[in-house]
Amino acid sequence: MFCEKAMELVRELHRAPEGQLPAFNEDGLRQVLEEMKALYEQNQSDVNETKSSGRSDLIPTIKFRHCSLLRNRRCTVAYLYDRLLRIRALRWEYGSVLPNALRFHMSAEEMEWFNNYKKSLATYMRSLGGDEGLDITQDMKPPKSLYIEVRCLKDYGEFEVDDGTSVLLKKNSQHFLPRWKCEQLIRQGVLEHILS
Amino acid sequence: MTEEPDFLGQDSDGGSEEVVLTPAELIERLEQAWMNEKFAPELLESKPEVVECVMEQLEHMEENLRRAKREDLKVSIHHMEMERIRYVLSSYLRCRLMKIEKFFPHVLEKEKTRRDGEPSSLSPEELAFAREFMANTETYLKNVALKHMPPNLQKVDLFRAVPKPDLDSYVFLRVRERQENILVEPDTDEQGDYVIDLEKGSQHLIRYKTIAPLVASGAVQLI
Repeated sequence: MFCEKAMELVRELHRAPEGQLPAFNEDGLRQVLEEMKALYEQNQSDVNETKSSGRSDLIPTIKFRHCSLLRNRRCTVAYLYDRLLRIRALRWEYGSVLPNALRFHMSAEEMEWFNNYKKSLATYMRSLGGDEGLDITQDMKPPKSLYIEVRCLKDYGEFEVDDGTSVLLKKNSQHFLPRWKCEQLIRQGVLEHILS
Repeated sequence: MTEEPDFLGQDSDGGSEEVVLTPAELIERLEQAWMNEKFAPELLESKPEVVECVMEQLEHMEENLRRAKREDLKVSIHHMEMERIRYVLSSYLRCRLMKIEKFFPHVLEKEKTRRDGEPSSLSPEELAFAREFMANTETYLKNVALKHMPPNLQKVDLFRAVPKPDLDSYVFLRVRERQENILVEPDTDEQGDYVIDLEKGSQHLIRYKTIAPLVASGAVQLI
């Protein structure tokens, strides 16, 4: 049946839980585009046939193929757009540098879209006033206290705190650090907020 | 809250209206704008004066903190206050960006058809961001899929494909200024149009479309 492959693309994303980005299904996309080309060519020849011979019995088939073409396009654009939304969420979750595992799941064009989005967002944030603007990807939760207790989950190395002193973030070490400095690292999974 | 007694906000159009707000009033304005933006289904009027003034306020507070003695208890409290204000401002701006991205064709169309003198829902920087987002997405879709499709299918009208904000969704509000004779349209065919008065201080659950202009004027506050 027509549009099977396109439906598969949509189903693939529907199955992936929110926030997860499966690998880019280049093959699937190519197959859908090929099906569309075939359908269109068949329609072209039928339309010419109808025009030249005056037959009207081909018209339902032409209409049906046209509907399939529209459906294919709709599924394809939905697939691509939903992936863009997930990639956008990655910028807000992980920051400007994406983990390698995720980067492998993105196509080159998606990477380009991501870079353009990043740049756009950075320009906007810088324009918010002051010297460097305001980084609105920070402060995602209402602050409860100035300093928080954190445990280090991975070896990270030296980490500089406001007054110039630096802290060595080694796995399993615990620290009492300013909340705003830790936010990014907590989201990346390097630190863990200890709630007593 | 800080040592600054007065604050000067200026009309973003360069009109010579000068509004003097105390820091407390400024923060109240910010919180009102923040709550309205959070609960309204559509992108509300942009408030660049509030954003600018709050940024200046934060800078002043940071300056003061830098000059203050470290062990002073006031320092922690002011620092905390700064964090809270920064959170509210960031949350407000994030909410706006999310709506801009979600409804980008509609937001841009609304701006294009806006008459001179009507307030804009987008600051100049937000407008640039929205345009870039649209161009980025359109180019991506064209290069990856659309240009490989049959010629009569290559154009996708994003204005029709992307859903509009649902202005019929219900919102909670508190009335700040008494309103009379608000026309409410019925949900079902059995009810006719009816008219209500909104008493000051009362709270209601009502369809957003009915009271949208009151949110813009500040007569009601979304909660």
